[in-house]
Amino acid sequence: METTRLIIVAVGGQGNLLASKVLGEAALISGVPIRMSEIHGMAQRGGIVESSIVFGDAESPLITDGEADVLLGFEPSETLRALPRCSKNTKVVTNIAPLPPFTVAIGLGVYPDIEEMKKIIKQETASFLAIDAMKLAKEAGSPLTMNIVLLGALLKSKGIAFFTKEKMEEAIKRVTKPAFTEMNLKAFNLGFSVEA
Amino acid sequence: MHKLLNDSPGEEIMLLGNESIARGAIEAGVAFATTYPGTPSSEISLNLWQMSQETDLYFEYSTNEKVALEVAAAAAIAGVRTMCMMKHVGLNVAADPLMTLAYLGIEGGLVVLTADDPFMFSSQNEQDNRYYGKLGGLPVLEPSSVREAKEMTKYAFELSEKVGEPVILRTTTRINHSSAFVDLGAMNKRITKGDFTRDPSRWVTVPAVARNLHVKLLENLDKTLAISEDCKENFVEGEGKLGVICNGVSYLYVADAVKDLKLEGKVKILRIGLSNPLPAKMIKQFVGSCDKVLIAEEGEPFMEEAVKAFAQEEGITISIAGKSEELFSRLYEYNPGLVREKMALFFGFDYTPAKNISTANFPEIPQRPPNLCSGCSHRATFYELQEAAKGMDLICPTDIGCYTLGFLPPLNTGDLVICMGASISSACGFSEVTDKKIVPIIGDSTFFHSGMTGLVNAIFNNHNLTLVILENGITAMTGHQPHPGVDMDSLNFKGYNRVSIEKIVRSMGVEHVTLIKPFKVKKSIEQIKEALDFKGVSVIISQEPCAIMLKNLKTRKLRPFQITDKCTNVRECINSIACPSFFIENDRVKIDPTTCVGCAVCAQICPENAIVPLKQ
Repeated sequence: METTRLIIVAVGGQGNLLASKVLGEAALISGVPIRMSEIHGMAQRGGIVESSIVFGDAESPLITDGEADVLLGFEPSETLRALPRCSKNTKVVTNIAPLPPFTVAIGLGVYPDIEEMKKIIKQETASFLAIDAMKLAKEAGSPLTMNIVLLGALLKSKGIAFFTKEKMEEAIKRVTKPAFTEMNLKAFNLGFSVEA
Repeated sequence: MHKLLNDSPGEEIMLLGNESIARGAIEAGVAFATTYPGTPSSEISLNLWQMSQETDLYFEYSTNEKVALEVAAAAAIAGVRTMCMMKHVGLNVAADPLMTLAYLGIEGGLVVLTADDPFMFSSQNEQDNRYYGKLGGLPVLEPSSVREAKEMTKYAFELSEKVGEPVILRTTTRINHSSAFVDLGAMNKRITKGDFTRDPSRWVTVPAVARNLHVKLLENLDKTLAISEDCKENFVEGEGKLGVICNGVSYLYVADAVKDLKLEGKVKILRIGLSNPLPAKMIKQFVGSCDKVLIAEEGEPFMEEAVKAFAQEEGITISIAGKSEELFSRLYEYNPGLVREKMALFFGFDYTPAKNISTANFPEIPQRPPNLCSGCSHRATFYELQEAAKGMDLICPTDIGCYTLGFLPPLNTGDLVICMGASISSACGFSEVTDKKIVPIIGDSTFFHSGMTGLVNAIFNNHNLTLVILENGITAMTGHQPHPGVDMDSLNFKGYNRVSIEKIVRSMGVEHVTLIKPFKVKKSIEQIKEALDFKGVSVIISQEPCAIMLKNLKTRKLRPFQITDKCTNVRECINSIACPSFFIENDRVKIDPTTCVGCAVCAQICPENAIVPLKQ
């Protein structure tokens, strides 16, 4: 199977490790080889959490700058920061609801303009899907389902076309807590129904 | 049942590298395990601890790595299969017992895991611990993948028993924190009891005995060398006149590069998994059959220097390269693209690296460093310390833990970090050679780890300093492991004792001891002032549980605060404590009620009294 390299960037607490787990489970169900690597030492302290996920026939769990086929961003300024991981052939899916770092609040930086960020990402990459995942997550029933909304959008963008919608839903059922499965499935479908 | 106790061999499950290692140990029948937590090793011990609660596996969080290894040593000497795990710098702390344990040898398999951290994702240095194998004369095993990590952990126990020595199992962050599917194997039965027969001429390392033991160690090293020449951990793959020698995660990058650059039939790989002692004959044969050899190893030129020496012995004059300005660096970690590029360069194949997106025209993106949590008591203590010390010239040697983050603005508390425990001892030095006020800062777990000896030194030598001990009741940074000061009963763990930091400090003879409740801002500032004024050794113990721990335990009701209309935008809150629950909306400070835990520190420092509890 051809290799697809996916990078997920998020801020600690946004649930990207659970999103990676869902993708891992979907890979198991679908018989897709997968290798993942995470940097999560500071996750609970508001730092950046990054997962590299390599689908298909490769041994390395790590992705070199410029070699990501797909970038999934949970926060718009983090998506922009991760663009050096991408090339002009990269598909990008991002949440556009901002989560400014505390350095902005104490005057050590200015949060970039959302529209300008969108323009740059669109200009530099092969395809760009920007959604207000926070709004959809709240619609699904909880801000905590934002990660699953983004998985829906990721599937819609054809970034992980080797997974079917059914297999992804099955993976969500297996990985998420039973009490929240319905809500997560709703979140997934809201993400999947955005215009790609 | 714990997922790593799943007794269905052949089943394939997704595991983190560290879970794979823990499962490997369980499959090997490990019966005794000790650790001091440290990223990136912590999930190995966490899983073993959890499993120890369901089985007869003995597990303990020891006070530091030296203690952990000495506890483990006795178990292994008594014949029990034992594992002792730590991060790479932890092995520096445990180096003293390790070097002599190599002379003594062991009866039951002893695996000493060191988790190295190239690129220093969560460490103060990126030392290459393969050298401990060389220094101690001990076997070193290095897995390349999550899957192999389990198999190699199992093998490490066998190897240890075969040669009668502790085995160093060396991982890097990319093994510890990667995930992949792993096949479960059968689990060996744990043998939890051993015995020790007195034999001073064998176990008491006075010089006369040690002289004999060194001879035995070298014999054991020879035994390991014979194994190294003929084991499945060291293997040749592929064919060709161009050779790559590699280890650990670099092997994956090399294997991918051979495929990506279509070098099958041209390049062969020697993968070293048992890297001390290196298989001399095997390497000589490999190098002798190549026109050019590249060595791909992260960290130091451990293999490269040996390979060049082996080639010299054989009179082989081909080009052998690894670390150089054009090729590989000793710095940081490698990646697939880098290894592909360097292989193409060294062997002379065309290759154009992927062109990544340039950030030249991007707007500046604000930094997002990790930060102390909302409601973290360290923030309050640091604010109070700086308020109490206004007008004083402070040096604050700090230590290893969440509170290291206090060095960031606006708290600016933390001026020197060396290693665990160094805050207090380095403060002793500063107090003698400078005229500044010296305020070392240390967490509770780190105080037990290696701060106590420094404090005794400060008292004995009568240094002038004010030590701040941050007692938050847990080892927070590495993921909330217990330490001797933790109230284990309150966490529903039976059979532990609790050691009081206050009693230790008083019994050591500190004359000026102050307990503060950091969420009482005004009172704490007054108390800290008094302690700072004391000549000699004074100690402040700041007592408040870790905010994340309280959140997880759900024992305290969250009581978020809000900013009312009284606010005139003075921004004392943001400028002096910068809690991550603050955010700016329409040029006004707001508090995020979903993250505010209600420590009320900001409410106490607001000059306008504009911060009040949110009505619920």
